[in-house]
Amino acid sequence: MPRLSVWMVRSALLHLGIGITLGTLMLWNKGSLIDLRIWLLVSTHLEMLIVGWLIQLALGVAFWILPRFTQEPRYGAVRRGWVGFALLNTGILLFILGIWLPNASSLQPLGRLLEVAAAVTLASVLWPRVKPVGV
Amino acid sequence: MPRITRYFIKAAMFYFAAGLLTSFLISARTLLSLPAALANMTPTYLHMLVVGWITQLIIGIAYWMFPKFSKAEPRGDERVGWAVFALLNVGLALRVIGEPLNIGWMLPLSSLMQFFAIWMFIIVVWPRVKER
Repeated sequence: MPRLSVWMVRSALLHLGIGITLGTLMLWNKGSLIDLRIWLLVSTHLEMLIVGWLIQLALGVAFWILPRFTQEPRYGAVRRGWVGFALLNTGILLFILGIWLPNASSLQPLGRLLEVAAAVTLASVLWPRVKPVGV
Repeated sequence: MPRITRYFIKAAMFYFAAGLLTSFLISARTLLSLPAALANMTPTYLHMLVVGWITQLIIGIAYWMFPKFSKAEPRGDERVGWAVFALLNVGLALRVIGEPLNIGWMLPLSSLMQFFAIWMFIIVVWPRVKER
């Protein structure tokens, strides 16, 4: 597994773990009320599990298993891939900070914008590797 | 394909069909005069699809395809994998029953079982996410 995939998959696993922990609190709270404010976790829970876990895992695994080039660099534009990884995780972080920090709601669209940039960047890395094997 | 992966994938496919069936029943509830409890099942069906289907499918395939833990134990301690399978599926089933029927005690138990299932999976798969 290439180093970028290791980082993306491990980051995805951390998002899964934290996201499920928030989900545990919310489901517990639904069955046996602890505090109504626990419902405020829902947006963070969704962001971590949809973008941080599912989307990031798919991208990390795609970078690992899509056909490689026959000549170096075999994984393609690796440096651009790292930029995409940084954009994605910074975007998630800013979006979540925008939920929680007072007077910082503008961080949410900024976080989303970074996620869009990550999507374009990582798609441009993966795009040429969607090809027949051995080409 | 290892036996544990087959169990994960088949359970995932069950939740895929069951989740979409639940979604259909929710949308057709008034049309078919179905029980009112279905109205509470929107989060249930979403979790059947996201946890029971997608995440469980990923877990099963990760056990199979991720780099091997060691030659002697390619998938690490398989007993942990079976514990993950049992906790995840029993935990989710408790939610599917407890959420529409408002059986309060089932939901904390369900949440704890899913919590331990996911964290045990993360701990057991983490060393397998590595460069060759």
